[in-house]
Amino acid sequence: MQRTYLGELMKAKWSLLQGFITTMEISAIVIVIGLIAGMIGGLLLVYGPKPVRLLMRLYVDVLRGIPVLVLILFSYYGLALLGVNISAYTAGVVALAGFCSAHMSETFRGAIDSIPVGQTEAAKAIGLTFQQRFIYVLLPQAARRIVPPAINTAVEMVKGTTLLSIIGVLDVLLATQQTIARNYMVIEFYATAMLFYFVLNFTLSRMGAYFERRFGFIRY
Amino acid sequence: MTYNFNFSVIWRQFDVMLWGLGLGLLLAVISLAIGTVIGLVCGYAFRTNNKTLRGLVWGYVEFIRNEPLLLLIFFVYFGLPAIGIRFFDKYESFVITLSIYAGAYLTEVFRAGLTSVPERYVEAAKAIGLKPWQTQLYVVLPLTFRIVLPSLSNNLISLFKDTSLATAIAIPELTFTARQINANTYRVMEAWLTASLLYLATCYLIAIALRQIEKRYSVIK
Repeated sequence: MQRTYLGELMKAKWSLLQGFITTMEISAIVIVIGLIAGMIGGLLLVYGPKPVRLLMRLYVDVLRGIPVLVLILFSYYGLALLGVNISAYTAGVVALAGFCSAHMSETFRGAIDSIPVGQTEAAKAIGLTFQQRFIYVLLPQAARRIVPPAINTAVEMVKGTTLLSIIGVLDVLLATQQTIARNYMVIEFYATAMLFYFVLNFTLSRMGAYFERRFGFIRY
Repeated sequence: MTYNFNFSVIWRQFDVMLWGLGLGLLLAVISLAIGTVIGLVCGYAFRTNNKTLRGLVWGYVEFIRNEPLLLLIFFVYFGLPAIGIRFFDKYESFVITLSIYAGAYLTEVFRAGLTSVPERYVEAAKAIGLKPWQTQLYVVLPLTFRIVLPSLSNNLISLFKDTSLATAIAIPELTFTARQINANTYRVMEAWLTASLLYLATCYLIAIALRQIEKRYSVIK
């Protein structure tokens, strides 16, 4: 019987769908954790007391200097030593989220730092407290500068989720490889996976480019 | 929960790890070199008036930048031989993949670099009677390289980190050796701590060295 691409695709659809859900789920978790941790981290990098600032700097620089794959493998094999029965999924999410947080912290720091001191001085001059200065003056300006690089990092994270297939998390890539192992339609199914990642990441990148143009008028 | 560190296993195989590190660096440098050529050619292609050519380059850049590197590595290594495109070995396959990947990022770099060469230099070159190709070779290109030097060094560092993915097709670079030590001796912490520190140290050394070169060659504004 002749194998057809569509026939094989129908056979593999549940496994691929499972992979799709896993990839989307991990990406979403990692990006959300990264955004929240990055905001806190960025604030600490700029306004934290000196020891905290140094510790954060160390964290950010160390995590950005180690390949994500090493972080993932480290957390996969290393965390198993500490906590019993940690799944590949959890270990992978921990590593990716840690990496994403480091990147986002740096992005937030850059955005806060790029706002001219004059803004803070003016806010101080009219008697705003630190909280008010941050919420009403700095955050609205920083937010516009954060969106494009944050979306870039998000794309990198979606790309990074494929590395979890190496430790056995059933994402789109691993589901694709399992399908290929069954039917040997190498080109067709790798192309399908490529199309999936392209559509997802291209949409994100275009959004980033849109916001970059939209907020491009801000010059100091 | 106690863990007794025992680094003696690592020292015994430290040379293997260092060779792996060197291999990763070598792969990164070769890929950067080929990627630079791709980036330059595509950067120039972007400046022509040929819309089809520009569209093709745009498609290449957007496609590659939005694909996960690991998927590209698998596609080239397992996929392309299935339709008759064979490579000499896994090293060649990996270098080709990483070069194409780097090329997409470097196209953006060189496109920006070429446009940021001030117009007055080109006019001056014309005024002293240089032919168009001489203008490019002796004036525009050297300036472009000096302008994009920081981006090139950043790319080298991220390419070096990307060589860790070569593990997936069993190229014995640093991550692969760490994984082997981990599997053979079960000295989990030692293996990964050493690998992490080696990566970190190398990235920093490259960064520091390249900052010096950048300082030396940066264009004075």
